[in-house]
Amino acid sequence: MSGINLHGIWAIYRTEMARSIRTVWQSVATPVITTALYFIVFGGAIGSRMSHVGGVGYGAFIVPGLIMLSLLTQSISNASIGIYFPKFTGTMFEILSAPLNAVEAVIGYVGAAATKSVVIGLIILATATFFTDVRILHPVWMVAFLLLTSLTFSLFGFLIGIWAKNFEQLAIIPSLVITPLTFLGGAFYSIDMLPQPWRTVSLFNPVVYLVSGFRWSFYGLGDVGVGASLAFTAGFMALCLIALAWIFRTGWRLKP
Amino acid sequence: MPAILSIEALGKQYKSGHKALESVDLSIERGEIFALLGPNGAGKTTLISIICGTVTRSTGTITVAGHDIDHARREARQRIGLVPQEIALDMFSTVLNTVRFSRGLFGKAPDPAYIEEILRDLSLWDKRNVRTMELSGGMKRRVMIAKALSHEPELLFLDEPTAGVDVNLRRDMWALVRKLRERGMTIILTTHYIEEAEEMADRVGVINGGRLLLVEDKDALMRKMGKRQLTLTLQAPLAAIPEQLAEWSLVLAEDGLRLIYSFDAQAEDTGMPALLHRLSELGIAYRDLDTSRSTLEDIFVNLVEKAA
Repeated sequence: MSGINLHGIWAIYRTEMARSIRTVWQSVATPVITTALYFIVFGGAIGSRMSHVGGVGYGAFIVPGLIMLSLLTQSISNASIGIYFPKFTGTMFEILSAPLNAVEAVIGYVGAAATKSVVIGLIILATATFFTDVRILHPVWMVAFLLLTSLTFSLFGFLIGIWAKNFEQLAIIPSLVITPLTFLGGAFYSIDMLPQPWRTVSLFNPVVYLVSGFRWSFYGLGDVGVGASLAFTAGFMALCLIALAWIFRTGWRLKP
Repeated sequence: MPAILSIEALGKQYKSGHKALESVDLSIERGEIFALLGPNGAGKTTLISIICGTVTRSTGTITVAGHDIDHARREARQRIGLVPQEIALDMFSTVLNTVRFSRGLFGKAPDPAYIEEILRDLSLWDKRNVRTMELSGGMKRRVMIAKALSHEPELLFLDEPTAGVDVNLRRDMWALVRKLRERGMTIILTTHYIEEAEEMADRVGVINGGRLLLVEDKDALMRKMGKRQLTLTLQAPLAAIPEQLAEWSLVLAEDGLRLIYSFDAQAEDTGMPALLHRLSELGIAYRDLDTSRSTLEDIFVNLVEKAA
């Protein structure tokens, strides 16, 4: 027998999705409630006193950034827990002993994590329409960015899950790196609003490119070119893939 | 047909520098039960883990039914089922789901009838919708076995299957192993309970310090290395062994009340009938007579001590 172990991929994907459904309140309700709060505070209370940003109302302006914030944190946490959990419980032996290659395992785990992120992203988008007027100028690009970001950061989360030796390490990257970068990455403002040198410094923040590209697909405006956004996301994805290929070849942190 | 498992010059050195295995060669025939014996830290689990792909190896080649575990990964791995020493289950999954998951993971299409059969065999069918975290230790171990059997492997590894298991479950486990063998499955088990190997194995391998010290047919091993003892409890104590009994190597014990004769079980003439005859000629009466055979355990301890 040769070819792809489709049953294996499906088994992982289905089990991972079942895990999400088991914790549906945690996985769906939390981001929805958080987002609603952001809209009430930033969009409603503060936004009403703010001028338009680039011709878009402040409430609408922050929608892409908010979705991006959830996509990043959700993708990372879903994928990292997905692969960390078997390490923690010891069931990893089964994954390692199965006739499953690295690509198949990654498709199963990362695919499930990304699916969940996309669903959450869409739920947040739907929630947002209750609070503000959302237009989407380039729906195809919007979906493309949604998928690409979910996949890329699920891959990144997968890496974190393999790297992490305990639950603290699992939480440290999302809370100490990703969340600050997202808040400083133009989710709630255009980096044009920043004084120098912070504007230039912001250009070194990778999240700026993600938020900018995503916002462009909504309103046709971004802090950086859409090409740069795409190139950055794809580049980061490639880096994650290279790291993963290395991990599976050497068995780093997986096999003694 | 190639051997179901063939290992050549297998070596493993951990990053710490510890050599867990050194030039291990082993060939396993289809349908046999092979027991790998060794003290803790001998390399048993490392050997199994390398074959199953959960530990990397440093040197050597391994083929499963002729398929190299690296170059024909899928063909090799699909034939293997592993029941590890430690119980490790997705505790939130139900029994049925976790067993189905294993089957899928190993690339097999769903087969509800087969899964039901396994679960019934293992007395787990009634518990199929129970989450694994709610099961007793013995039940969890059965689930581990069900998972390992879920993809219809040809070669099953049982790593310390009865460590910390109560007597009933151990009996059940042995019965299951025999049943699997009848169906043609090859089974490799590691154990430090010699009794277990003695009870079940066709062949025995003794491993210590990462080296396979010997591989032999169990019965032949017992015959070759086994000693037998005849113990006679006398009616009246003897002060010394009479001269007429000098041709037998006898020991007097318990204040002359016990006469012990050790002999080679393999010898054609054990000398036992002649001894008994001579005793009655001499008028030495005995109340009780007991013979014992050295167990695999004695043999094993002997071997390991010699190698040390």
